[in-house]
Amino acid sequence: MSAPANLSPRSSRPGPSARDTILARVREALRIPAPPPHLKSLAAEEAAVPAAGQGHSGLSILPLEVARPWLPDGGDTPEERRAILVTNLEKLRAIVHQVPDLTAATELVFTLARERDWQRVAYHGHEKVDPLLAGIPCATHRVDAPGVHPASAKSALEACDAGISACEALVAQTGSILVSSATCGGRGLSIVPHVHLVVATPDQIVSTLGDALHEAQQRHAGRMPSMLSFITGPSRTGDIERILVLGAHGPKELIVILVG
Amino acid sequence: MATDTTTDGPAAAHAAAAEQSPRGAKKRFLHDAAESVRDVDHRAFVRKALGGYYVTRDAQKARYGNWETARDAASLAKWSAVNRLDELLPRFADNFTANGGQVHWARDAEEAREIILGLVRAAKAKAIIKSKCMTSEEVHLNAALEQEGYGVVESDLGEFIQQLRGEPPYHFVFPCMHVRRGEISDLFSKHLGTAATDSPEELTMIARRHMRQLYVDADVGITGANFLVAETGQISITENEGNARLTAALPRVHIALAGIEKVVEHLDDLAVLLPILATAGTGQPMTCYNTLYSGPARPGECDGPEEMHLVLLDNSRTAILADPEQRDSLHCIRCGACLNVCPIFKNVGGFTYGTTYQGPIGSVITPHLRGLADWNHLSGASSLCGACTDACPVRIDIHHHLLHNRRNAARTAPNRWEKLGHKLFVAVATRPWLFATGGALFRHSLKLLKWLRPPLLSDWLATRDLPAAPAASFRAQWASRQGGR
Ligand code: SF4
Repeated sequence: MSAPANLSPRSSRPGPSARDTILARVREALRIPAPPPHLKSLAAEEAAVPAAGQGHSGLSILPLEVARPWLPDGGDTPEERRAILVTNLEKLRAIVHQVPDLTAATELVFTLARERDWQRVAYHGHEKVDPLLAGIPCATHRVDAPGVHPASAKSALEACDAGISACEALVAQTGSILVSSATCGGRGLSIVPHVHLVVATPDQIVSTLGDALHEAQQRHAGRMPSMLSFITGPSRTGDIERILVLGAHGPKELIVILVG
Repeated sequence: MATDTTTDGPAAAHAAAAEQSPRGAKKRFLHDAAESVRDVDHRAFVRKALGGYYVTRDAQKARYGNWETARDAASLAKWSAVNRLDELLPRFADNFTANGGQVHWARDAEEAREIILGLVRAAKAKAIIKSKCMTSEEVHLNAALEQEGYGVVESDLGEFIQQLRGEPPYHFVFPCMHVRRGEISDLFSKHLGTAATDSPEELTMIARRHMRQLYVDADVGITGANFLVAETGQISITENEGNARLTAALPRVHIALAGIEKVVEHLDDLAVLLPILATAGTGQPMTCYNTLYSGPARPGECDGPEEMHLVLLDNSRTAILADPEQRDSLHCIRCGACLNVCPIFKNVGGFTYGTTYQGPIGSVITPHLRGLADWNHLSGASSLCGACTDACPVRIDIHHHLLHNRRNAARTAPNRWEKLGHKLFVAVATRPWLFATGGALFRHSLKLLKWLRPPLLSDWLATRDLPAAPAASFRAQWASRQGGR
């Protein structure tokens, strides 16, 4: 669908377009350069901060690699990364299960479904997810099945007790899980059901957010999924008297199954 | 729908009135500040609510290899983007368009409202769901939508509570931090017909249940944006509750509204900015959901909106940009840290400011957004302690900017009385004999003043005592001590 041209204010206001006006104001405003920020800890030369008015280009003057040691640690070896990730996830009140293989993971999902009396779980077609649903003692709803009407799909997903998805990466540094609309069952699966169950393998663990972003850029070279989301623990709010409550609007529970 | 709003907050009524008649803004500020300061319970409640903040934030800061240098990196990222907006803004817009989204430019609040109303009409919207967006408060979007007969529901718990109360946000990150759980329970009973409870958990679940079907039914979802990534044409949204995720997942049309200063150049920049925003704002390692959107659902994706629109708002941001001295106030990532640590905020409360953006940063930018003549009094709403500047993750020179605004105001519209006062002071201070005589007079008349309570001092004396007068002047005391050595 195209923009409603007849209602566009561009036509209702005479003169140059809003875009041109704003960009002209910006150019005019920037004619006088501003001094560099008041750096406290970092020497200006270290950051290669150019003198005011000279060309500069964002953090490329301060590559992310330089900033890495200043941020929280994400670990250097696979073992370190895994240990940091698990600690962070638990601090965030996510539930972590580490299982040796797919058979054990399938058994775990079976037990979870039975214990919690799940009536219906949502999932998406994926090599890591499909095997887990074998023999699951409840109904299933595949979100990416072809030919589902969008409106009924929303209600169907809303009626599910849990959503099972793969992820693109796990970030040790922050305990975040990266999901995308292209590879993890669209936008709704990881946010609508009350429980989000993520299945992942240790080789998906990266050290830092920066690593996860770089990988995503490479993986989707030039064509990013319409949504990339870092999920850091179950949904939460502190809006009532600043007291932490889990499960505000998104999943109340985040369960991570690390296979291998 | 739960929008039979009543304006039961008197402070909010003042805030709204202040917007309509800015001339009275200062008067109202002084009045409301005095009221708030007298309300000891309220102050204690706000202090307690913010008490935990320092503890969690400091614990989280300790996990950084070097928090101070990380702040430097964050401020550099914002500085270099804001100072190259001329290049990055079109680059962002082109990339966002290439991704399948539609960009709309709004010179001011009115234009932003017109654009969004146009989009909502074109979508033939029956129900609109909204996630937290301060920029929409700035342009008074809800009022415009409601005036046209559109129902709009705020989905963020705090904003939902404020919407039911008919009040604007009290704090731009913690919108209802001033409201007690009992009041929320009553509010929900009144509007949603639920049973009374004093459990924050149950109250949250009431809102959750109420909102569920609304996400499914809404045809338009409106969100804000925290960052606009120029190199990839993505927008980044930070939230804890998952309501923005739902708002951008289920409705058929997604509209986002953001100020032009939200641009950063690289996706990389977020590797620093996202954690630092969370840690400074709430003491979290990361906010629960940090989501990048680049347009509507792509072919092959099983859900998501059919259309995505982004409204880029100027609304006087270019006026701040044109002031190199205060340009860095556009670096603000709206973390709220400066409010959390501000002694003035904690005493006068969020509504007293009468502004969309409260606290120190609000006091800096509001005079630019709405006129220095009417809003310069906010420059005085500071103890100049610098706690805000210390807390700011992107190193905005907040408390000095308050001084800059005072200086600019004195230049453009000198205050006769202030000038006269300074002249008098100079006349006295440069004549030692006059200074000594004045001092002696004052020392001896203090007791008399206390007793007389002249009208000029009555405001001051209402909440304070006059100090006891020393027996001798400072100079006399100094001389006697020097002599005694
Ligand atoms: S001025 Fe700084 S501390 Fe205040 S909200 Fe903005 S970024 Fe946060």
